[in-house]
Amino acid sequence: MGKEDVKGKKSSLPEKGKRTRTIAIGAIARVEGEGALRVTVKDGEVRDVELRIFEPPRYFEAFLVGRHFTEVPDIVARICGICPVAYQMSAVHALEQAFGIRVPGPIRDLRRLIYCAEWIESHALHVYMLHAPDFLGYDGAIDMAKDHRDAVARGLRLKKAGNRLLAFLGGRSVHPVSVKVGGFSRVPTRHELQGLTDELLWARDAAIETVQWVAGFEKPEFRQDYTFAALAPEDEYPFNEGPIRSSRGLHIEACDFEHHFTESQVPYSTALHSTLNGESYLAGPAARLHLNASRLSPLAKHAWEETRLGLTILNPFNTIVARSVEILFALEEALRVIQAYEMPRSPSVSVTPRAGVGMACTEAPRGMLYHRYAVDEQGTIREAKIIPPTSQNQRRIEDDLRAFVPQVLSLSTKKAALACERLIRCYDPCISCATHFLRLEVCEAAT
Amino acid sequence: MTIPRSRNPSQGTSRLRLGVFKFASCDGCQLSVLNLEDDLLALGSAVDIAYFPEASSDMKGGPYDIALVEGSITMPEDAARILAVREQTTTLITIGACATAGGIQALRNWADVDAFKQAVYPSPQYIQSLSTSTPISDHVRVDFELWGCPIDKGQLLRVITDLVAGVQPRLPADSVCLECKRRGNVCVIVAHGMPCMGPVTRTGCGAICPSMGRDCYGCFGPVEGPASTLGHPPNTQSLARQFHEGLGLIPIEVLRRFRGITGAMESFKRESDAWEKKT
Repeated sequence: MGKEDVKGKKSSLPEKGKRTRTIAIGAIARVEGEGALRVTVKDGEVRDVELRIFEPPRYFEAFLVGRHFTEVPDIVARICGICPVAYQMSAVHALEQAFGIRVPGPIRDLRRLIYCAEWIESHALHVYMLHAPDFLGYDGAIDMAKDHRDAVARGLRLKKAGNRLLAFLGGRSVHPVSVKVGGFSRVPTRHELQGLTDELLWARDAAIETVQWVAGFEKPEFRQDYTFAALAPEDEYPFNEGPIRSSRGLHIEACDFEHHFTESQVPYSTALHSTLNGESYLAGPAARLHLNASRLSPLAKHAWEETRLGLTILNPFNTIVARSVEILFALEEALRVIQAYEMPRSPSVSVTPRAGVGMACTEAPRGMLYHRYAVDEQGTIREAKIIPPTSQNQRRIEDDLRAFVPQVLSLSTKKAALACERLIRCYDPCISCATHFLRLEVCEAAT
Repeated sequence: MTIPRSRNPSQGTSRLRLGVFKFASCDGCQLSVLNLEDDLLALGSAVDIAYFPEASSDMKGGPYDIALVEGSITMPEDAARILAVREQTTTLITIGACATAGGIQALRNWADVDAFKQAVYPSPQYIQSLSTSTPISDHVRVDFELWGCPIDKGQLLRVITDLVAGVQPRLPADSVCLECKRRGNVCVIVAHGMPCMGPVTRTGCGAICPSMGRDCYGCFGPVEGPASTLGHPPNTQSLARQFHEGLGLIPIEVLRRFRGITGAMESFKRESDAWEKKT
């Protein structure tokens, strides 16, 4: 075998001096995409934290230029196999804004419904298959199933309920095909949708059990003073629309996103980080819940209150609870939409392109997903900008690690690395979403 | 192709060892493994899932009887890593359009990658990226290809089951059109004038797009099976002419139809290049 092993990464570097210690994770497991971590400690102080990303850049924003607007939902879906609907939703909303069109109520409801499906499958994947093994002491869900078969089976069926709803509305669960600017290529009949109700009712009960299950996990003591940022509409828990708010008083429309949130490429890491007025912030389930708890559906609100976690959500290890509460919310919301559904007269509204710029922000399972497109009068894309949630959370993850590492320094390097990896997984980082991310250079830490 | 032989139980395990490897991709095809849901735990019993970082922290080294490879080669170190995977693997299976055809990111093959870098990154000098996105088969021998963006999980399960049973896997390689006929779909080209890629695209998805009232966009790639396969070779020229003359697409629109998710495949590439000259 040559220099490269199959993992393709140098998993650790020699320690530099007596007092310098490097905690390295060669490849972070149970995240979507490939990344690694390197923390350098000198004289008991954290000198450097690098969340390194191996994911090769794929240049979506570049090759979208010159494509027709009708192709955009199919193309941007390919940024992420776990949350393709989020990419399709941000894209169609941004393009509809550029063209000055609004979709009627039933189509808006179906968009919420397809987003529910994605939250259910994506959150269930993370809670049961990627994250729960950390709390129960297993390498993965298949391993965990040996001792917790019922829980894993429940998680798989819950995930399947989300995937089934998604495949029903979109043709398939990974890269669904029905979403288009103006609506859908096909919408279901009322009767067809009602056929899904029984399984969703089972899933709703399973989601209640899920909240109770994960709330009972023992979590490391760790608290941070986060700036939460999420969509927060007046009258509903957010998916596709609403102003962006933060826990520090920000209140803006999506079209002003780039005036407040800045992407920058930092020299040591060469990855784009997003900051809010120069500081890190937290996007995702915990932020959404923090800013929208009053707008949860009844059972989700009750289940959340029952956990009595409240503001302890400031402990990132509790995001698994927030994610589970959102599974329950998504199921209640899905059932509500199905119950109230009236088939629209046409599956989509007609779209006439015009030259302009459109921006939109929607709530991907992992947090806010911002898109901006400039389009010409033929409907050809002239410019594209996409800011995925993991890029937004990357700086926050590093800030967490900087604060977290001192409390694990007494552990062996291997155990400390494991603890750090667990902290990273709380964010459900989706590195494949990282249209901008790239392999980072390994920086030799100064000794 | 080489079919792995079941291991000798006296060596400690009789199960085939499976590895899942990722290159440039969206993770959707790996997710199809986890989306097996009802069959996932059975799969975990039937084979030893030795290396699957997305699902397990327990990453065991090779050799592997079966490697599922997702993603295309876009970085210099990935070109080296796939050689290492090949060396340690008996049966190497590419999963999905990226690994099998270069994927959507192969659109860079027609562009200036330096200009792409500058469009996306403030400091493009940090980025080590090849000028092309190429399928795995451009780098190493591939034993079996699973098509689709994403792959069909039923096809995946079928192929693994065949290998566990020691059987040569086979999948249908005719066009989407045949699947549409089997499903009783109304033809979206004939009835709605949509530029459907179904006539030249490999089946396997279940004709999802026409079933959802829209045109196929070729994500399972061109029908390029053995010469005996129906629809071989795909008559892209005739379909492109129909798009242009019959449906009124202008040359750039015809080009875009063929230059998509599997646009780097020879027959689609030839067609899009031909229409580029007419734009």
